[in-house]
Amino acid sequence: MSRRLAGRVNWNKVTPYLLILPAILFELLIHVTPMIVGVWMSFVNLTRFFITNWLAAPVAGFANYSIVLNFDKPLGRQLAQSFGVTLAFAVLTVGLSFILGTLAAIVLQRQFRARGPLRTLFLIPYALPAYAGIITWKFMLQRDNGLINQLLVNDLHLFDQAPFWLIGDNAFVSLVVVSIWHQWPFAFLMTMAGMQSIPDELYEAAAIDGASVWRQIRHITFGMMRPVNTVLVLLLFLWTFREFNTPFVLFGSAPAKSANLLVVTIYNSSFIQWNFGLGAAMSVLLMVFLILVSALWALWNRRVHN
Amino acid sequence: MKVRFLAASAAAALMLSALTACSTPTSESTDTSGPTGTGSAPSAADQPYAGTTLTYWATNQGSSLDDDKAILQPELDKFKQQTGITVNLEVIPWSDMTNNTLQAAISGQGPDVVNIGNTNATTLQATNAFMPFDSAALTAIGGKDKFVASAWKTAGPAGKDPTSVPLYSQVYGLFYNKAMFAAAGLQPPTTWEDLVADAKTLTDPAKGTWGIVAPAGTVNVSMHIEYIFAAQNGGSPFLDDGTPDFVTQANIDAVKRYIDLMATDKVLNPSAAQYSDGVQATNEFATGKVGMYMAQTGNVNALAQQGMKPDQYGVVPVPAPAGGKSVGSFIAGTNISVFSFTQHKEAALEFVKFMTSAAEQEILNKAFRMISPVQGVPASAFAEWPELMQVWPTILQNNAIPMALVSTVSAYQTNVGGGIVALFAQAASGSPVTEDTIKTMLDEAQQKMLAAG
Repeated sequence: MSRRLAGRVNWNKVTPYLLILPAILFELLIHVTPMIVGVWMSFVNLTRFFITNWLAAPVAGFANYSIVLNFDKPLGRQLAQSFGVTLAFAVLTVGLSFILGTLAAIVLQRQFRARGPLRTLFLIPYALPAYAGIITWKFMLQRDNGLINQLLVNDLHLFDQAPFWLIGDNAFVSLVVVSIWHQWPFAFLMTMAGMQSIPDELYEAAAIDGASVWRQIRHITFGMMRPVNTVLVLLLFLWTFREFNTPFVLFGSAPAKSANLLVVTIYNSSFIQWNFGLGAAMSVLLMVFLILVSALWALWNRRVHN
Repeated sequence: MKVRFLAASAAAALMLSALTACSTPTSESTDTSGPTGTGSAPSAADQPYAGTTLTYWATNQGSSLDDDKAILQPELDKFKQQTGITVNLEVIPWSDMTNNTLQAAISGQGPDVVNIGNTNATTLQATNAFMPFDSAALTAIGGKDKFVASAWKTAGPAGKDPTSVPLYSQVYGLFYNKAMFAAAGLQPPTTWEDLVADAKTLTDPAKGTWGIVAPAGTVNVSMHIEYIFAAQNGGSPFLDDGTPDFVTQANIDAVKRYIDLMATDKVLNPSAAQYSDGVQATNEFATGKVGMYMAQTGNVNALAQQGMKPDQYGVVPVPAPAGGKSVGSFIAGTNISVFSFTQHKEAALEFVKFMTSAAEQEILNKAFRMISPVQGVPASAFAEWPELMQVWPTILQNNAIPMALVSTVSAYQTNVGGGIVALFAQAASGSPVTEDTIKTMLDEAQQKMLAAG
């Protein structure tokens, strides 16, 4: 009986599904279920009165959404402002990290003596635990006894009055700088890996044909790197848009308006005000936005490849 | 290809970390390992809960987490000897306390007994995650009359069974640097106007000396000061029914008076706007270059850690403006609660009784330099400094009001405290903070709170 059954089962067809089954189960458990719960939370009034018994939370319908999307009221305005800041932050951080990473990868593609140590050096910020790195920046960015002001004010005399780097509009600059510092090694690592898969023969052939270094970079390096770069930029954008560690460690739970990233706003609504319904509604909106970005990216990618 | 591999390994790493996070035990409250006490085994009647193990999350009261452990552990050992109940201690930093408590409340897994900041007592009561101290429970811990009446008020609104009882009390006082005051021929201020005048005398930015220091980037302290100042002005941020009522002259003036220390009086170093915790302000005062500091009792310990001894400074009540109400503090401190999901309610109550007993109260409040909320316990923490021994209980009894007993206090802290922090940042960068700016901030804070429920 079992032999006959075994004979009937087409293992070639079943094996891939069996192999992927544990991954699907974990995916459901770790990603999909919390997402569904999050969406459900956004439709109920999950305040401090119900956190021990979620199911008792009254249904809110779209009330949470209408509160956070009402841009005439302070909460909605804050969310819109926070969205703008986050978008600017993500574009700047991803753009600059990508440029820096690619430049460094191109420079380090040729063989020279210090290549190994330089590669290691560049990767250090990525290898450091995020908290340790950011808290060091926080010390450096202090107004009175921070290293940055010591350099800019006391040594270089660029400012008459020591500027603040952790509050006010400058907080945005600090946030972008620290995030790039932490993020660009990943761009560097990816582009470096991608560039190593480009055969040397291509460059040699181009050189024989008389192509300048710049043209080689433009047509061979960037041409061959396109698939890597598109994935890289998307990944960086998705990560940066959801950045929490950097603002939270630098500024605590009350960041300057200029550096008020979305995820911190969501955190404040959920964990400090204890209104998880509102926080969830904001999270769902963030998710919808990121799905849209990914979908547009996928469409564009398909068009380019076809 | 490599990208995919990396993405896959990153996903795997994430999963792994999520899994390990899930499997980390947060509680051992169900541990029923037998008694391990030494010495002669007392009879079962004396120790009805012998063999029980409780988990206790203590707040960070001492100068470090290790300091707290060193102070608490001998007392827990004593408790075990008396009752046979083992208490597993975890000291949690204040910054993690709310989140950890929230997590425990949501998941139903966590310690049996927990310390909370008393400003959160009413907010936490609303969650139903904590065991109400009904009359039976109160009898079990020795009755509510054993607590000082003013401290007892922090346990929660009247007419409802409280879900926490006071453990350590502290109040705000105005610390002043004796040497600086003597050198300038000044007396400690008794009105706010005096305080500002003294601060101006002491301030000399060129020499790096300032009249006063405050953690102007700290959300909870900003809320505390606003609450105290509003009370001095005869107002409150809440109506009697608990509705936020921020946009009143008393509140506007309160915020303005605090911000003006930096913005118009220029006696507070603008750098204070980035002090996002009290420690930085405490350290600043300990350098001896700052004249005054409004801070809680616990700072006596923190200053000692920084090498400033209690005979180098004096403490007086935080003064009100001339003609204002003589409120110098709200009754701050730490309460102790029992989670309603505990499997060991009786043992937990036994432990609360022990912690709030007169004998333990004297030991613990002395070690942490707090004021005991229990009747008849001397303020022996300050026995070596008669001035302090007298001033702290005086402020607590005559000069302090309870924090608003409404469940939205944490939201008030986030919105108004956060708003004040933002205004200090504005003042620090030189932009003016007018009455209108303050009004807008308070109005937005109120709207946000009403919207968020």
